Amino acid sequence: MSNQEKEPVFSAKNLKLLSEPLGRNNPITVQVLGICSALAVTVKLKPAIVMALSVMIVTGFSNLVIASLRKFIPDRIRIIVQLVVIATMVILVDQFLKAYVFDVSKQLSVFVGLIITNCIIMGRLEAFAMANKPWPSFLDGIGNGAGYGMILVIVAFFRELLGSGTLFGYPVLEKLGIYKTGYENNGMAILPPMALIIVGLIIWVQRSRDKSLIGK
Amino acid sequence: MDSLRKKIDKLKPRFTKGGKFEKLQSVFEGFESFLFVSDKVTHKGSHIRDSIDLKRTMTVVIIALIPALLFGCYNTGLQHFRSVGTDPALLQAFWFGFIKLLPLIIVSYVVGLGIEFIAAQIRGHEINEGYLVTGLLIPLIMPIDVPLWMLALAVAFSVILGKEVFGGTGMNVFNPALLARAFIFFSYPAWMTGDNVWTEGLTKGINVIDGYSGATPLSMLATGDTSNLPSFLNMFIGNIPGSVGETSVIAILLGAAILLITGVGSWKIMLSVFAGGTAMGLLLNALSVNEYMELPFYYHLVMGGFAFGAVFMATDPVTGSQTETGKWIYGFLIGILSVLIRVLNPAYPEGVMLAILLMNVFAPLIDYYVVQSNIKRRLKRSRVALNTGVK
Repeated sequence: MSNQEKEPVFSAKNLKLLSEPLGRNNPITVQVLGICSALAVTVKLKPAIVMALSVMIVTGFSNLVIASLRKFIPDRIRIIVQLVVIATMVILVDQFLKAYVFDVSKQLSVFVGLIITNCIIMGRLEAFAMANKPWPSFLDGIGNGAGYGMILVIVAFFRELLGSGTLFGYPVLEKLGIYKTGYENNGMAILPPMALIIVGLIIWVQRSRDKSLIGK
Repeated sequence: MDSLRKKIDKLKPRFTKGGKFEKLQSVFEGFESFLFVSDKVTHKGSHIRDSIDLKRTMTVVIIALIPALLFGCYNTGLQHFRSVGTDPALLQAFWFGFIKLLPLIIVSYVVGLGIEFIAAQIRGHEINEGYLVTGLLIPLIMPIDVPLWMLALAVAFSVILGKEVFGGTGMNVFNPALLARAFIFFSYPAWMTGDNVWTEGLTKGINVIDGYSGATPLSMLATGDTSNLPSFLNMFIGNIPGSVGETSVIAILLGAAILLITGVGSWKIMLSVFAGGTAMGLLLNALSVNEYMELPFYYHLVMGGFAFGAVFMATDPVTGSQTETGKWIYGFLIGILSVLIRVLNPAYPEGVMLAILLMNVFAPLIDYYVVQSNIKRRLKRSRVALNTGVK
């Protein structure tokens, strides 16, 4: 116990908790969790970023709370306890969004509430927070939320650029004069299947660069 | 012929392992086997190599497509001249359509074959001939006015993400030609729906005479304005607006005859698609809640891409069902779904493409259950035989 307390706040092990989900243990491209919301909120960049931040906060803090309570939670009702914690966090985030960024909150509509059902959060609570200390659990939550958010933003970047010709609502392609050449926005990029295709391409790129992920 | 053979044999060492152009071996082999029957022989076991390999099979399909292609050229010209109010001579219309269609075919082949060649080099495979047919099918199921860059993008999408990702020719889940069409259909719906895209020049705003709408029979029926609906005979002959190769049922039936005589296409699938369409048409006739449902069932078989899809798309040996019973189920459901989508889904005037793509997904499942039930039946039979034998 005593020698663990000496461990620095940002030890290599703890930093790894943050960085792994961004790369070789990404929740979307490697664990293939949380795909559903990646399809729904990635039409435009702005909602995608808000969604990414919301999920980061929810995963981070529910991991923290559950890790702090882990010794008092009876094993048989742990799922319900976890759900209560997640739901509380989601409601807090939802109220915050409604108060400060109402238009984005309206765009995200039901999907903020649906963070509760995001497989990543439940997965991290079960797999990590129930067996680790609060601080590493918090970092793990933030890391996984960030790994999820990173993919969300990449997907949203391509979908907004190809589907609407804008970035953060700014008409990039129009200013570059690309439409004059006969180019047209790709309607399929606005439809959910394109998100799946882009996620698939990201997985392809990632695995061709890191062969150890293949067949995992 | 002999001198050609000699020339190729002379070139060959340069392309085999250790030669100067080792990296281009698959390209060389591709051209060699295009010209001559493959000289490969089997060394183990009792396999027999037939000279009807993939390449020859594909060539038969290409030949079967020629009637539809020729009529497509003629009809493209015919529709264009009709829209401006002149009555063209046969050759004039044909030549006009040929010049318009040629860029589509060139783009389709250059992009598609280019990607196939590159993929084959990367993998060290032989070049597969799967694209020979796809490359001709794609222009035939496009509206004539589709922008070439869009076509190129769609071809790249379907060949890379529809085929190469799954492992190349023979491994694809979806029919690549239909995938290219679906890509444009969903990505650039303005170029795949509406009344203007089916006749050359309408999207560029040429002066159209009064009374020429360019609407296809399906879009007339979908909008409910059937006053100008072409007669059954016209739809059968095919001198109506539509995708390039889909309009003439006569030309398609000629192609079907070639496929059936040579045994390349499955008659079971073709027949069952038409049977499914007929069954669904009759069912709708019996219900007949609205005007569209009252349309005689045989109209469905000659309108839009039904015949083309049944003969050239559904029979694709890679994406269709493999088992004999499965072929009946697969085809029948394509027929049913095509008519169902046409009549009951207001968003999609044409349902053949979506029906075939959907059934492509289900084909392995159908096969699985057909095989399983066969196994069960045989096990039961053997058990009965065993029991009676013991007694």
